[in-house]
Amino acid sequence: MTAFFGKQCCVVGNSLRMFIIIAVLFVVAIGSVKANEVDVAVFYLEQTIERPPVRSKLISWPEDDGLQGAALGISDNNTTGKFLKHQYSLEHTVVDNNADLMASAKQLLGQGPVVLILNVPAEAVVAISDLPEAADDLLFNARSKRIGLRSEDCRVNVLHTIPSRAMLSDALMQFFAMRRWSQLFLVEGNRPGDSWFAEALRTSAKKFGLKIVKQKQWLDDADIRRNASLEIPAFTQHKKYDAVIVADEDQDFGHYLLYNTWLPRPVAGSAGLTPVVWSPVIEQWGALQLQSRFRKLAGRDMTGVDYANWAAVRSVGEAVTRTNTNDVASLREYILGDQFELAGFKGHSLSYRGWNGQLRQAVPLVHAHAVSANAPIEGYLHQTTELDTLGLDKPESRCNAF
Amino acid sequence: MHFRFISSVLCVLCALTYSGVSFAHLVYVSNEKDDTISIIDTTSNEVVNTIEVGERPRGITFSKDYSKLFICASDSDAVQVYDVAAAKLIHDLPSGEDPEQFVLHPDNKRLYIANEDDAIATVVDIESRTVIAQIEVGVEPEGMAVSHNGKWVIVTSETSNMAHWVDTEKNEIVANTLVDQRPRDAEFSLDDSELWVSSEIGGTVAVIDTATQQTRKTLSFEINGISADRIQPVGMELTKDGKLAFIALGPANHVAVVDRASLEVIEYILVGKRVWHMALTPEQDKLYTTNGVSGDVTIIDVASLKAEKSVKVGRYPWGAAVLPAEYIP
Repeated sequence: MTAFFGKQCCVVGNSLRMFIIIAVLFVVAIGSVKANEVDVAVFYLEQTIERPPVRSKLISWPEDDGLQGAALGISDNNTTGKFLKHQYSLEHTVVDNNADLMASAKQLLGQGPVVLILNVPAEAVVAISDLPEAADDLLFNARSKRIGLRSEDCRVNVLHTIPSRAMLSDALMQFFAMRRWSQLFLVEGNRPGDSWFAEALRTSAKKFGLKIVKQKQWLDDADIRRNASLEIPAFTQHKKYDAVIVADEDQDFGHYLLYNTWLPRPVAGSAGLTPVVWSPVIEQWGALQLQSRFRKLAGRDMTGVDYANWAAVRSVGEAVTRTNTNDVASLREYILGDQFELAGFKGHSLSYRGWNGQLRQAVPLVHAHAVSANAPIEGYLHQTTELDTLGLDKPESRCNAF
Repeated sequence: MHFRFISSVLCVLCALTYSGVSFAHLVYVSNEKDDTISIIDTTSNEVVNTIEVGERPRGITFSKDYSKLFICASDSDAVQVYDVAAAKLIHDLPSGEDPEQFVLHPDNKRLYIANEDDAIATVVDIESRTVIAQIEVGVEPEGMAVSHNGKWVIVTSETSNMAHWVDTEKNEIVANTLVDQRPRDAEFSLDDSELWVSSEIGGTVAVIDTATQQTRKTLSFEINGISADRIQPVGMELTKDGKLAFIALGPANHVAVVDRASLEVIEYILVGKRVWHMALTPEQDKLYTTNGVSGDVTIIDVASLKAEKSVKVGRYPWGAAVLPAEYIP
């Protein structure tokens, strides 16, 4: 089985051909592990993202981002599973266009109830979950941070292991409120994700009683690699602010703001102090073990998307361990039930919000070499769990599907 | 004459002081982020010595005759052997990678080591310094226990959420008990009828029946003003008289005291920050707790269940082991 989940996947135009090859391998593999009492197949579907160029050569995204996280989850599940006669396998499909994506999704979902992890854009999460074939399946969104997927665009067959932008921005604003940095200068990038994140930051600032005293759209024509020290002070000129927050999800310009702001103030958001799903600097709560297991498997550091994929596979594993079944409906019921909890190396046990399927999780606030704080920040109380102070709480979510 | 009298009085005094010291036990505490071991004298409750060891020392335990201290130096990938009389590290044992915790079998020969990164437990013969067996266990083995009769070794896997029962005759896993999230520590009762397993993220302690390997009761904890998320049971100590169990609750900064007859919590004792592991004195009258974040050790009086004092040690104190007075060289 390891033959196809440990390897980095290739991006193919003709995904269907690849899918068939894998499916054949898969059937053969299943045949060979017949002795096990419970076989669990996890499907992984990814659409590759074309990323525009960024200024710094140091910023890059691994090609197997996400897939390796799922592979580690499978490996962890199998180590546990061998004591219980449970066997897990991962089948991955990577496509590069919409048409292939929908065709692959139909094919995967048409096999009866399955577990499918989606690494696709928000619009595709909705389109795939609305397929008639998807009605009886358990889908995980492990990539899209779109808030709407946890609200008006939620679907009853989709759980979200990646935090929404609202969870990330709430984490940052809790920290600011704790530090009493109440006046904020917002710099918004010009790419689509940037405006989504800026919107989340504005909403969170309001939620935690902070004020955005100035906001500016980033100037894309600035040559900041050479002139950051000239351009940025002028760009960030304002009479008073406690911090600069920047929405620059592709990390194109945000890093150049540090130490160049008009007032000597910290930078946070997409650069500087950053709310993250996961980061190599996280060591506490046993995280070192997860980091080193991942490095051994993938030969690189674990990203947030890897973590979200790992968490999806581990959620399935935890449900199978406790229920001793591979019945998808039963697994979904257990995962959304009160009994479910998952140790996620973030200091709190993870569980899913019953009103929109979002995985509750802490959001570390990190910079290049250390964790500065871990949200929820102490003091933010909630009647159920402090974790629900991050992101859409029940009254805030417009999700009615659950 | 007068002078001689004074000096003989002094001599008596110094003899008294000396014998007083010799009744004191020594508590060895591993400091995970200082690569040292602090030694606390139980009479003065001061650190009397600090020794340098390998990288990231965590689990520590004495040989049955207290002549040697074994140290899991996790980042040195070694179990180091410290000669107590010579006061120096004498050699390493083959430990497998990233040893975190271990237990010494009552035969004083077989050391069972959890290799956290590799999902295995390594069995080492401490005399011949050879690996006798490697046992595949669940993801992130951590807690280790050995039954007093030597029949069972328990390995808990933090991510598999299991207590594995290793039959020490065959060095094979013969049973698994599922427990709550992230099991950290395991302890047998003195009569071996019960196995206690703490689950850090689950926030619970499972009391497991050794005969059936089934959980008899799952204990949970509640402290006013501390959110349930922060109550993370880690280290445990069971008193020899069978009456009490102490459970270190990690970032809740408290030690829970459980009445073993009723299996109810009777007290929560405030200690330092992120309390991790503990050790009882041979008389079972004092409990020493390692407080990772505050970098100190709290001394609890067992009779009154009160914290008496905290003593500063190195950074991130982790494990604790007691060298009884009569074995101090």
